[in-house]
Amino acid sequence: MTVVGILWLREVKKYLRSRVQMVASLGGPLMYLGVLGFGLGPVFQRAGQGSYLQFMAPGVIGMTVLFTAMFSGIAMLWDRQFGFLKETLVAPVPRLAIMLGRTLGGATVAVLQGTLIFGVTLIAGFRPVSVLAVPVAFLLIALIAVVFAALATAIGSTIKEMQGFQMVMNFLVMPLFFLSGALYPLVGLPWVLAALTRVDPLTYGVDGMRGLLIGRGSAHFGLGVDVAVLLGVGVVFVAAGAWRFSKIEA
Amino acid sequence: MRPGESFAFLGPNGAGKTTTIKMLTTLLHPTSGSLELDGLDPTTHRTEVRRRIGVVFQDPSLDSELTAWENMDIHGVLYHVPRQARRERCEVLLRMFELWERRADLVKTFSGGMKRRLEIARGLLHTPKVLFLDEPTLGLDPQSRNQMWTHVRKLKATEGVTVFLTTHYMDEADRVADRIAVIDHGRLVATGSAAELKQQTGTDSLEAAFLALTGTTIRDESATAADQMRQVARVWRR
Repeated sequence: MTVVGILWLREVKKYLRSRVQMVASLGGPLMYLGVLGFGLGPVFQRAGQGSYLQFMAPGVIGMTVLFTAMFSGIAMLWDRQFGFLKETLVAPVPRLAIMLGRTLGGATVAVLQGTLIFGVTLIAGFRPVSVLAVPVAFLLIALIAVVFAALATAIGSTIKEMQGFQMVMNFLVMPLFFLSGALYPLVGLPWVLAALTRVDPLTYGVDGMRGLLIGRGSAHFGLGVDVAVLLGVGVVFVAAGAWRFSKIEA
Repeated sequence: MRPGESFAFLGPNGAGKTTTIKMLTTLLHPTSGSLELDGLDPTTHRTEVRRRIGVVFQDPSLDSELTAWENMDIHGVLYHVPRQARRERCEVLLRMFELWERRADLVKTFSGGMKRRLEIARGLLHTPKVLFLDEPTLGLDPQSRNQMWTHVRKLKATEGVTVFLTTHYMDEADRVADRIAVIDHGRLVATGSAAELKQQTGTDSLEAAFLALTGTTIRDESATAADQMRQVARVWRR
């Protein structure tokens, strides 16, 4: 077993063991899906946009992946608090291996949680237009997971206090979610909002999933652009995460 | 420090014990001076030095959401111990530290003493040449402390490892250490066996010797300027 492998396995094991957390973190997405999905459904329908549940299901999956990936990175603050981080930092292994193991582990956990929510949306009545598109959608989910797990690693390596966690949630994770177009179509937005949605990586993830899962016409940018942007941002964030992680002083 | 000996590092709070350990274990860069460990400079040969040492920090560094075995196993992989050897070492050490029966339990269910024992067992997994123990008995009851030192002494016999330890308990240093160094304000004020230190200061207990060497004032991190002057003067006089 390699260093990357064992640290990856650690994240996954911890996730699979914390059943309570797994169920608890279903709460947020379920609320959006249940309350907004069914609550705003009639309005959305009347505006001639079809089923809102159908529209927002990819958004809620994207949201879950975003939240879980960010949380796993922030878990580094706990590792710092409880000392396990130090145990890995004094080991005779490159920092990059530690960073990659943690990040890929966090991303995997986010994909697993996303899969769980995908199942929930199916139960709620979400119907992907094509079964063949589902595996491709999972590639997108994995990309989103890596992008945000790497971002979280960069942030987790930089902030040291637990209080910083609240900051990140309120000023980064929530805006990333609300600006991603997970809840509304990207057409006809005021220019400020339109500009902001375009710098949010999650926008492209949700857009790509929408195109795949509910029909080609519903993608705003097109799958090619979506994947290209996510790949580019992913490379930048992984590099940033590796750089920040290499700077940690124990 | 000589190979195979137990070397205790004593000093008041804030004297620089942990800082010294951090420098020797490559976690901190010294601002001046030089370091040597097994003929290597920890500032330039970080990886080689890390492979040769085991460290038990003052603060716990276990993953409490994993089992004892998993904590050991991760450590083994991080230190490149081959699979087969890893299994054997884990078993030997967990048995030695009386944790074998609890190997499949999550660390969060362990008592303070058990966690400490697990940390020491883990620090030995990759057969280091030097084991650093930074106040390993802090916060433990007398029974656990006693047991801990029995284990450490046993280690010397079975593993032949050099032990570098810091502690606040004089009786422990007296019992466990072959040689003792006293530091204060980042400077070495005395080295020698417990007997030598007592003789040197003309006192009959290590505690009295320690006080004679470092002064009796209790100091906080931010002592007054006058206090610091007095202490610096005392160090200089030696």
